[in-house]
Amino acid sequence: MSEDLDKLLQQASCSISEAADMAALDAVRVGYLGKKGELTALLKNLGQLPAAERPVAGQAINQAKNRVQELIEVRKSTLADAVIASRLRTEKVDISLPGRGRGAGGLHPVTLTMNRIDKMFGKLGFDVAEGPEVEDDFHNFEALNIPEQHPARAMHDTFYFDDGMLLRTHTSPVQIRVMEKQEPPLRVIAPGRVYRCDSDLTHTPMFHQVEGLLVDVDVSFSVLKGTLEEFLKMFFEQDDLKTRFRPSYFPFTEPSMEVDISCVMCAGNGCRVCSHTGWLEVLGCGMVHPELFRHTGVDSEKYTGYAFGMGVERLAMLRYGVNDLRLFFDNDLRFLQQFA
Amino acid sequence: MEISESWLREWCDPPVDSETLINQLTMAGHEVEGWRNAAPDLVGVVVAELVSVEKHPNADKLNLCQVDDGSGQFAVVCGASNVRAGLKVAFARIGAELPGIRIKKTKLRGVESQGMICSALELQLAEASDGILELPQDAPPGESIVDYLALADRIFEIDLTPNRGDCLSIAGVAREVAAINKIPLLPGKVTEVADSTAQGFSVELEAPQHCPRYVGRLISGIDPQARTPLWMQEKLRRCGLRPISPVVDVTNYVMMELGQPMHGFDFDKLEGGIKVRLAEPGEKLALLDQSEVECDADTLLIADHAGAVALAGIMGGLDSSVQSETRDIFLEAAHFTAVRLAGKARKLGMHTDASHRFERGVDAQLPPIAMQRATELLIAIAGGEAGPLIDALAPEQMPQLPRVELRHERVQRLLGIEVERGEVADILQRLHMQLDEKADGWQVTPPSYRFDINIEADLIEEIGRLIGYNNIPGTREASHIRMDSFSEQRVGVNRIRDVLVEQGYFEAVTYSFVSPELQAVLDPGRSTLLLSNPISTDMSVMRTRLLPGLIQALRHNLNRQQSRVRLFETGLCFVPSDEGLAQTPHIAAVISGGRFEEGLYSQGDPVDFFDIKGDLEAILRLANGATTRFEPSTNPVLHPGQGAEVSLNGENIGFVGGLHPTVLEALDINQPVFVFEIELSSIRDAKLPNFSELSRFPSIRRDISITVDEDMPVQRLLDNIFSIKNEILQEVFVFDVYTGKEVRNSRKSVALGLILQDFSRTLIDEDVENLVIKILAQLKEHCNAVLRES
Repeated sequence: MSEDLDKLLQQASCSISEAADMAALDAVRVGYLGKKGELTALLKNLGQLPAAERPVAGQAINQAKNRVQELIEVRKSTLADAVIASRLRTEKVDISLPGRGRGAGGLHPVTLTMNRIDKMFGKLGFDVAEGPEVEDDFHNFEALNIPEQHPARAMHDTFYFDDGMLLRTHTSPVQIRVMEKQEPPLRVIAPGRVYRCDSDLTHTPMFHQVEGLLVDVDVSFSVLKGTLEEFLKMFFEQDDLKTRFRPSYFPFTEPSMEVDISCVMCAGNGCRVCSHTGWLEVLGCGMVHPELFRHTGVDSEKYTGYAFGMGVERLAMLRYGVNDLRLFFDNDLRFLQQFA
Repeated sequence: MEISESWLREWCDPPVDSETLINQLTMAGHEVEGWRNAAPDLVGVVVAELVSVEKHPNADKLNLCQVDDGSGQFAVVCGASNVRAGLKVAFARIGAELPGIRIKKTKLRGVESQGMICSALELQLAEASDGILELPQDAPPGESIVDYLALADRIFEIDLTPNRGDCLSIAGVAREVAAINKIPLLPGKVTEVADSTAQGFSVELEAPQHCPRYVGRLISGIDPQARTPLWMQEKLRRCGLRPISPVVDVTNYVMMELGQPMHGFDFDKLEGGIKVRLAEPGEKLALLDQSEVECDADTLLIADHAGAVALAGIMGGLDSSVQSETRDIFLEAAHFTAVRLAGKARKLGMHTDASHRFERGVDAQLPPIAMQRATELLIAIAGGEAGPLIDALAPEQMPQLPRVELRHERVQRLLGIEVERGEVADILQRLHMQLDEKADGWQVTPPSYRFDINIEADLIEEIGRLIGYNNIPGTREASHIRMDSFSEQRVGVNRIRDVLVEQGYFEAVTYSFVSPELQAVLDPGRSTLLLSNPISTDMSVMRTRLLPGLIQALRHNLNRQQSRVRLFETGLCFVPSDEGLAQTPHIAAVISGGRFEEGLYSQGDPVDFFDIKGDLEAILRLANGATTRFEPSTNPVLHPGQGAEVSLNGENIGFVGGLHPTVLEALDINQPVFVFEIELSSIRDAKLPNFSELSRFPSIRRDISITVDEDMPVQRLLDNIFSIKNEILQEVFVFDVYTGKEVRNSRKSVALGLILQDFSRTLIDEDVENLVIKILAQLKEHCNAVLRES
């Protein structure tokens, strides 16, 4: 009996390990453990044995059954592992192939630069103001203390229309429009397009400026200087950026200054970009001229103000190392993609 | 303006080196944009005497010269025609280095030459020269030419601001240098020359408000052969003025030195006397530069009793100009008011050294001083007798010196630092301002040359400038932080831009002026705003739409191997109408080429109408709560079957579609292009989200499939469905549109998904059936729709 059982167990073990898949394994299970299975049959035939042998034989058969069950479970898990392994094999991809998706575009570097400036001054409480680009003489010149015969007009190569209107030559008229409309305290920033009738390697007939205006009871040059010094350091992300404030002249500010920064290309050592001076002029500024207050009805005894203006393309060129102004207006994708 | 450093130092010589001086000027507001040496090094070039000159034995045009440079005699072959014995010359010894030349012993036509006699051109002291440079007779042989001509000098290029006309001279810059360095100006150079003849000339000021002072003087009997001395030529050259003749050079010299433009007339050509008057309209005058001007009534002229002889303050007339044989000179030094001159020269298309100065203001006290200086110099150079100095003056019309109040307290208010009273006074006095002390400050009278000082802030600028803005510390302002509501009912332009960027668009920035032809193709029949003075005709009309610029950018890229282009732009468009000019912000986009980048996942399927519409819808959705509709467009720019007018809350805001094939052809583009352009402001208002209850009951989906005429817009079906009054229809969506074999007779099949839900109960089949029956009946009646048998 035990010999037969051993043989049977051996057979079963063989069949189990030979079962190639779950179905074959199940057939093996049925063959031994099913209702009509060989081990089941042995149990059924137990009654035919003498009573004294039964417990021992029964125990042996049950042990064999359990053993077969065990072997099947082990085989099952081996087969399951093989199935997963094979599935994983077939599902393998070349992860070096590109991902799917349209890919994002990008903003124009002029917008990137203006947005950054807006945000930085936004933190100081400056709101964005806008004005028309086709302007009248009053707002572009007269109210900014640039009367008809002023030599400064010659420096603004102005585009005119037949009716005497013009394309604004700077964003400064927004100062006037804001002061006309609102009562101080005022703190605005005015980014936008400006136009000069000039076109060569370093001039385009359209470019962008950002104008700033602060009018309040306690605004001094010292505050203007502190603000712009901080702005320039932040803008170029250079804590040791050097600045210098040079006296200059704008009809709409008094005193007026131009601001130079130590050349960001050569760290002030002198290079082609800074004409070997180590300095780069980046903006103009000053204290609001009382004449502007007069034109807009602001009390110049009570209030003082500062204003500044900067060229966006110039700042973008310095920040991103762009060497040709005209690239900004070609809209070549190979250029635009570099700022995405 | 270019000036010679050494000439400047003759007037004011601070104990600082050139670099410091340059920095001082720049930081005082007179930006030195650059500097250069007045001459090359010229090592080994010395003064020498021509001892003898003989013909070269083998060449007609060459001479054999004996040159004595103090150390010995040298034989030099020279081709210049002005060599003659006894002449003092610049001699380049063997081994000397000139720009581009190293002097070596050489043989010319068989004769040895031991050096070179130099021309001004070879020494880079002139742009051209005729023969060798002739030095004065008292030049000491052996002295280096650099020392003799004081060539170790620098030329400063100063970019003067237009308010500082007073610095357009050596004296003016020297005044600044003196004030900065707290040192006095060196003693004046002007010596008065007494008249030696009695002959005057009548001068009448007929337009005294424009010319309140006219100083004239007759210098008679000058030597027409006289030549401008080398030292004067050199100074003029280093200030960017070309030496011409003694009279012209002296007037230029005085202008450069003192700042007073002057003019010399040929006295014999003047009739009767000088009249300073306004022109008769149409009066003509031939000018020195051979041009002719036709004057209008506000042109100020210098005339004699016969007619105009000069354009006041701008340029002299041709007929009265000094010629090579002129012996009697009438010199002019006048004061023309800045306002009269400003813009005048520019209007005439002229810009001269004189007009540049008068426009910016010239000291009214200067004419007699300048006249003395010119007289002295001219007589020293060319001899002659000085007549009496004529000073025609209209005292009433002379510029009045302003008295400007300066309150001490305002200095700190504007600059942000405290400046002691004593320091304020010191600074202003260094600038030659007169101060009257007052309790709270001063009454300040600026010097007569400072036309830029009129108000208190002008004086505070002077104080800041001389303290140096770099010496005033920057401060942070006291906090003015306030909150911002960050309105949710306003869509930021940046948000709109970002949505398009996420859809794969690049932002373009194109010129606001475009070619009229391109604009006519893309916005036909629209009235436009034309520039009077465009850069070129390609950029002569203000854009009425963004499309022309974007199409140009598209073409730029298509022509550069970029076949897939997605661009957008925001900006103002300009449409003139009877009500005036509308300057309206738009947003527009253009796409062409593949829907996706060609590659593994896309074979470059081209974009179609629904791509651009989807992108437009993405930004329209930002206008939360708004109703948008698309209706077929008749816009001639668009493909008639692929164009839509877009409306938002019932108002037309723009269009979307494919460009018309004939438009593409006109634009020379041979692939489909899809565009949209809408008014930007239309999508900037959003509704604040307003919560509505969520239903606790399940929703039911019911699909219906119908056939309709092929031309039937699906929008009409949706409109009809939503026109049925009911409480339970939540959403309708199209999930299939089919035309083809299965559907005949110019019909199409449309499959719609209906989502139904109630807020108070669970829907039963009857509810759904009733609504579907109503919907089908409505669609049948109004859209000729037939339920499709499945």
